[in-house]
Amino acid sequence: MQLMNDEPMKKQIIKIIICNMALMVSIPLIAQDGNKMLQDIDDNLSANSRIIESTMIIHGKRNDRTITSKSYTMGTDKSLTEYMSPPREKGTKMLKLSNEMWVYSPTTDRTIMISGHMLRQSVMGSDLSYEDMMDDRKLTVIYNANIEGTENYNGKDCKVLILISKVKDAAYQKQKMWVDTNYLIPLKIELYAKSGQLLKMITMSDIKQTEGRWFPMKMTYKDMLAEGDGTEWVINSITFNKQIPDYIFSKASLKK
Amino acid sequence: MFDFIYKGIIRDKKRSLLPIIVVTIGVFVVVFSDGIIGGMINNMISMTANFQTGHVKVMTRAYAKQENEKPIDLSILNAGELINQLKKDYPIVDWTPRIMFGGLLDIPDQKGETKAQGPVSGISVDFLTTGSNELKRLGIKKAIIDGTPINRPGQILVSVDFAEKYNVKPGDIVTFFGSTMYGSMTFSNFTIAGIVRFGNSMLDRGAIMIDISDARLLLDMDNAAAEIVGFLPEGKYNNEKAEEIKKSFNDKWTNNKDEYAPIMTQLMDQEMMSATLGYAKRMSLIMIVLLIIALAIVLWNAGILGGIRRYNEFGIRLAMGEEKKHIFNSLMIESLIIGIIGSILGTTLGFMACLILSRHGIDYSAVMRNVSLMMDPVIRTTITPRMLYSGTIPGIISILVGTALAGQAIYKRNTAMLFKELD
Repeated sequence: MQLMNDEPMKKQIIKIIICNMALMVSIPLIAQDGNKMLQDIDDNLSANSRIIESTMIIHGKRNDRTITSKSYTMGTDKSLTEYMSPPREKGTKMLKLSNEMWVYSPTTDRTIMISGHMLRQSVMGSDLSYEDMMDDRKLTVIYNANIEGTENYNGKDCKVLILISKVKDAAYQKQKMWVDTNYLIPLKIELYAKSGQLLKMITMSDIKQTEGRWFPMKMTYKDMLAEGDGTEWVINSITFNKQIPDYIFSKASLKK
Repeated sequence: MFDFIYKGIIRDKKRSLLPIIVVTIGVFVVVFSDGIIGGMINNMISMTANFQTGHVKVMTRAYAKQENEKPIDLSILNAGELINQLKKDYPIVDWTPRIMFGGLLDIPDQKGETKAQGPVSGISVDFLTTGSNELKRLGIKKAIIDGTPINRPGQILVSVDFAEKYNVKPGDIVTFFGSTMYGSMTFSNFTIAGIVRFGNSMLDRGAIMIDISDARLLLDMDNAAAEIVGFLPEGKYNNEKAEEIKKSFNDKWTNNKDEYAPIMTQLMDQEMMSATLGYAKRMSLIMIVLLIIALAIVLWNAGILGGIRRYNEFGIRLAMGEEKKHIFNSLMIESLIIGIIGSILGTTLGFMACLILSRHGIDYSAVMRNVSLMMDPVIRTTITPRMLYSGTIPGIISILVGTALAGQAIYKRNTAMLFKELD
């Protein structure tokens, strides 16, 4: 009772209650800002369709390899990648239809399904896995985002976003993103496992305006559990929202 | 005295028969177990050497650090030149390249699309070069349960469990899908030449074998080898010789700091192998000690029974003035003779049993289906000179201990009571 009569103590309690209420109100706002920013990133990077010609430079432990490819993507469920060079890879095609992935090898004239643990394997010895290639879903579908703060990255003020998976089948439980708010592009992404271990790091650079949007033309992937100096993925050309014939995304087209 | 004791043993069979039988059985068990354990160890050494380690093995240092993962990207690149050098420096050793790799074996349907697929671990050895001993060394001809060994490029051997699970048979075409040494995707069609039962659950579940020339094409490993394994003359492992070759080779490369410089290991460097051998030796020792204790207790009991039966004899000998110590010593000599007879019989029987099983073997395949050790399911006993004393010593020690314990009763006899007892 003596405590309640103590005037300074009363003020203290009121302050604490006000602070708590402010915090409770501000947390959803921060989350909302994070999710809004994620939505903006999705809107900037995603498109109904994409045609990309790219070069992948894999910095392996013993040598570097360069692979060129052309890929067609329709929405988030359909994509086809055809490898153009080197000669050993030329003509190899990868088709993604929803949750299934097929690889066509011209040397054997076989269409092989990639499933199970193979999805976690490296693609062409790069730092990307088949799972990375398959998951084209928008970030807002997989993650809830919170803005952790602001940090300077490569001389630019970036918002630091923490993304926590809201679906069970996310390849990475958590992502940490340094987002350039001018271009609405993440400049650096760290991908974490459920255990909290850092699995991969992606850095994006060479941001160019193409078809009215800003897009990173170079992405560097580093599998933190693998040796080697990472994989550079350079976009040579990119076309958005162009009509792609449906037969492209069929198993029959693999042999053509 | 010896003559007196010997005649006693021969003429009074009730005195000697039971101890001789007990010692014979005990010694037989020791000799036979020695042969079986030796056979199992030799079997394991031989299988491990033939399939995994060779008697000596050369890899790059980087590969050796991650050997369990079989990282083909860290393989030896100029394997041909290195093998030539090894042949020149160590001509008694049979050197051969090998590549172990992993991937998927895909079974097509009529449209050429995936009908089924399963993970496999691949072993590629030199099957096709004239003069290669790999086919014989790995016992492939015996292990094939359907089809033939590999006799031309483009053929594959598939393990029995995999073949049953995915319903494939010789003549079928399957596609291997994996990664090259440099990480690229690689595909190759193979015709199944034969179905193999390796006799090891791990291999039988999902192993495939192809010729090394096919593996080099498949994995983009021209003139490369993951491992170069060496086998000592007649395929007989000799720890001292293997160690000598290993030391000599590694000394030449000590100053080379390249992580891809070659390094040699030998069979006993395998952690599992030396641990298993240590375990087997400890088990042998424990078995012998337990047997001595068990036999000593049985023979002690037999000695007490014999003592009761010969109660009057000892009484009369004491009454005639023979010293207790002399009677005790005569009993010990008697036991020594019985021990020697029993040991000779037990060793002979054990030796004969081992000889028969060394030729015919015991087929353990039914109980070893889930064992992942590298072991031939047919275990053959080994014949070693050690068998001549491995059972004899514990046999004699046990009867001497048993008699010494039972013979203590002689010292408890009271001569003042002798005539009363004789009445």
